[in-house]
Amino acid sequence: MIIGAGVVGAACAYYAGRAGLTVAVVDRGPVAGGTTGAGEGNLLVSDKGAGAELDLALWSAGLWRELAEVLPERIEYEAKGGLVVAPDETTLKALRTFADGQRAAGVHAVEVGAGELRELEPHLAPGPAGGFHYPQDSQVQPAQAAARLLAASGAEVYLGEEVTGFLLERGAVRGVRTGRRELRAPAVVNAAGTWGGRIAELAGVELPVLPRRGFVLVTEPLPRVVRHKVYAADYIADVASGSAALQSSAVVEGTPSGPVLIGATRERVGFDRSLSVEALRRLAVQAAALFPVLADVRVLRAYHGFRPYLPDHLPAIGADPRVPGLLHACGHEGAGIGLAPATGQLIAAALTCAETPLDPHPFRPDRFGPDRFGPDGSGPDGSGTAATR
Amino acid sequence: MPTSPSDRGADPVDLAVVGAGPAGLAAAVTAAGLGLRVTVLDAGERPGGQYYRHPAPGLGAARPETLHHGWAAFARREAALRAHESAGRITYLPSHHVWTVVPDGGRWTLHAVAGPEERAAAVRARAVLLATGAHERQLPFPGWTLPGVVGAGGAQAMLKSGLVLPGRRVVVAGSGPLLLAVAGSLAAAGARVPAVVEAASYTGYAGRAPALLRNPGKIGEAATYGGALLRHRVRLLTRHAVTEAHGTGRVEAVTVARLDRDWRPLPGTARRIPCDALAVGHGLVPQLELATGLGCATVRAADGTIALELDARQRTSVPGIWSAGETGGIGGAELALAEGELAARAIAGAAAPAALVRRRARLRAFAAAMGAAHRPGAGWTGWLRDDTEVCRCEEVPAGCVREAVEDLGAGDVRTVKLLTRAGMGWCQGRMCGPAVAALAGEGASSPGGAAPDRRPLSCPVPLRHLAELPATDG
Ligand SMILES: Cc1cc2nc3c(=O)[nH]c(=O)nc-3n(C[C@H](O)[C@H](O)[C@H](O)COP(=O)(O)OP(=O)(O)OC[C@H]3O[C@@H](n4cnc5c(N)ncnc54)[C@H](O)[C@@H]3O)c2cc1C
Ligand SMILES: Cc1cc2nc3c(=O)[nH]c(=O)nc-3n(C[C@H](O)[C@H](O)[C@H](O)COP(=O)(O)OP(=O)(O)OC[C@H]3O[C@@H](n4cnc5c(N)ncnc54)[C@H](O)[C@@H]3O)c2cc1C
Repeated sequence: MIIGAGVVGAACAYYAGRAGLTVAVVDRGPVAGGTTGAGEGNLLVSDKGAGAELDLALWSAGLWRELAEVLPERIEYEAKGGLVVAPDETTLKALRTFADGQRAAGVHAVEVGAGELRELEPHLAPGPAGGFHYPQDSQVQPAQAAARLLAASGAEVYLGEEVTGFLLERGAVRGVRTGRRELRAPAVVNAAGTWGGRIAELAGVELPVLPRRGFVLVTEPLPRVVRHKVYAADYIADVASGSAALQSSAVVEGTPSGPVLIGATRERVGFDRSLSVEALRRLAVQAAALFPVLADVRVLRAYHGFRPYLPDHLPAIGADPRVPGLLHACGHEGAGIGLAPATGQLIAAALTCAETPLDPHPFRPDRFGPDRFGPDGSGPDGSGTAATR
Repeated sequence: MPTSPSDRGADPVDLAVVGAGPAGLAAAVTAAGLGLRVTVLDAGERPGGQYYRHPAPGLGAARPETLHHGWAAFARREAALRAHESAGRITYLPSHHVWTVVPDGGRWTLHAVAGPEERAAAVRARAVLLATGAHERQLPFPGWTLPGVVGAGGAQAMLKSGLVLPGRRVVVAGSGPLLLAVAGSLAAAGARVPAVVEAASYTGYAGRAPALLRNPGKIGEAATYGGALLRHRVRLLTRHAVTEAHGTGRVEAVTVARLDRDWRPLPGTARRIPCDALAVGHGLVPQLELATGLGCATVRAADGTIALELDARQRTSVPGIWSAGETGGIGGAELALAEGELAARAIAGAAAPAALVRRRARLRAFAAAMGAAHRPGAGWTGWLRDDTEVCRCEEVPAGCVREAVEDLGAGDVRTVKLLTRAGMGWCQGRMCGPAVAALAGEGASSPGGAAPDRRPLSCPVPLRHLAELPATDG
């Protein structure tokens, strides 16, 4: 039984079904009605430093390639590649170190000079010192991907039904209760995304998933002015310390139907649905700095979503040792679409006690001791609206 | 005063009015009369909104008033607007499309795209009145994208502002009282109107006799239309709909069929009517982007559309934001005038005259009765074939929407949009929204019923405007 028909729940259903399990999915809304519907569909390895998340992303990148072969074309899988632009020499140097770490993990990263940059992206503003091309970065249409994965999973689907509680027997989960019925199952997967903390609470455990808002700008349809996923790299200071966290700016990219997508900002404001003019301003500034031609196009719409984030910016994936029968697959922050297939594989493996090519330990759901982070659940980087993906 | 967006220190005005239709105009003039400093921003080039459309001065129309009921009421208010403008009490900003209203330290900032050159403009205000009116509701059918098929209200507007006819033999179809007015104007302007095809039945009003009886003016209006229609030998077919338009380069004929109570076409009742134009509309839909962007609460109105929840003094659920006219539910120009005046009085802290309060209540009740009678029946989707285009901007056929709903688990407009692109084009779903909602099974039955589309930008905004906004630490 999977709670959540977003891309993560759909991927769990797909791989659990392929592992021979009988699966049901329940969601209080329609398919992809949560954060998945607000996501941009970037499948990126370029923005992740060496570590557990990158390993998950690389595994996923391969799985997405396979899925593109079997799912309908409408998922719009496209391996268009990413281009990270360094405005100056200092950034370029830092980017090199960052890319070295990524290469060791299996990422293809190709340094491109200033001249080549302009060949790859003719409308790019003059001036950048250089950049890196990441051919593995690719793209899907998130809602289509979730809907098609779910349809292909063969799962029984209950839409428009909210999970209001768990069926427990001697402390173990035996199913869920919805507004309409009881659904019994020996295992329940919490794939409720940004609302995963609430589901955990219903089962009596804590999982500090919080919302992180993001805005995206969509322009009028344009001829092909942007060919890759393009963003500028700005390093957070001390690269030498080894904490080479990449602070990336708005990703600019063209879509097959013409509009250019510019996104997304990041800010912690709870579930605030009001328009942040400041967020739109930052996206516009960054987009126009990369591609000056964009200054003169019109923005048709802006939308936002709430990324599910956990304090250490890694998702929670796997069985919860505190409650037998309960598994989690949530908290993927700004990368849930990219990370969904590997997450589904890990969940399927956990349900069937199979081996996985990746150590799931960093993602264990009970890793958040009460005292490890601030009382507001804020993690080590207390960022505001820094425009990063 | 309009300011450049970077001029944040500017003195706020007492009231910013968005929209210069009957509601906005009445509000601005009343508020200025009560001593408030007012700025009016309107997307149109001339005051009057949808109702008081009038020919551009160059067109040489001698008497625009012949096309309007209540022209005098408008002329009086327009004169008052000009007088307050010269006295410096009202700043009137035509061709200003407000794209968002944001809270700003206890005040409001309105951002607009101004003029054909698309300048950026911003206005700060202590209170905001949203009088943004409505747009036409379109329900698609096979052939509706053919040249010669026009909106009924659009045809009326064309007549009023440019004095052009959409064709020589024009069928008028859809639902709502506007159809009679449109047919009357078309006939008066020299078009042949072979039929007015109305999907509802006017007997629907009969059950609401009290509301009708309290609105003698409306009966008079209807009688006028009826008389004009008789004179021009226009046939009125109730409980009928145009279920298809035919033609190659342009509409040449329409198929008209009888409907059951739920607007399902009855087999064996179809027949063809030759024509060279079709004016079609199914009433109006409140234009709520700015209000929903601010988080104003909404309700489902009797006609099935989503409208703002307003109290007796025209307040929205967001303190400091007021609204009047069609945004609170479709109700016509007379009601818009009354509400505009009520809102202005409330904002200025003046008492509301009892007669005005009564007039509003009476007109609202009438509007609700009419809205209920003309609310589209669930069966109308039966005349959509799978290959009928529903979203014109993105060319999405009905079959594609049905697949998303039936096979892929989309249960609402947003998910249909994400899965099919219906509503992602230039009009941002203003045109296809009601049709997609019906196909998705959204509507009366959904709990609370009122989930308005959210469009954080109420019109396209040059990216440069966004980039040049003053930075804040957000
Ligand atoms: C602006 C923006 C841009 C983004 N861009 C990208 C990108 O380019 N690439 C990328 O990989 N990621 C991106 N993301 C992140 C990505 O969208 C998310 O990580 C991902 O969609 C999370 O998927 P999910 O299935 O976990 O959650 P969701 O899609 O939110 O699904 C959770 C589901 O659980 C349901 N649910 C919740 N509570 C209950 C309950 N009690 N009962 C029943 N059902 C319940 C919800 O209705 C929902 O459908 C972006 C996010 C935002 C906001
Ligand atoms: C196409 C059409 C034809 C009609 N024909 C008739 C008819 O023949 N007979 C009849 O009785 N009634 C008719 N009506 C109804 C009548 O027009 C309304 O009842 C009346 O105009 C309502 O007044 P209002 O002030 O609420 O809105 P409106 O008159 O609609 O005025 C709203 C104004 O707000 C402006 N606006 C909207 N959004 C913004 C924004 N974001 N920024 C700046 N400005 C904005 C619009 O440009 C418009 O000027 C028609 C309506 C329409 C839409």
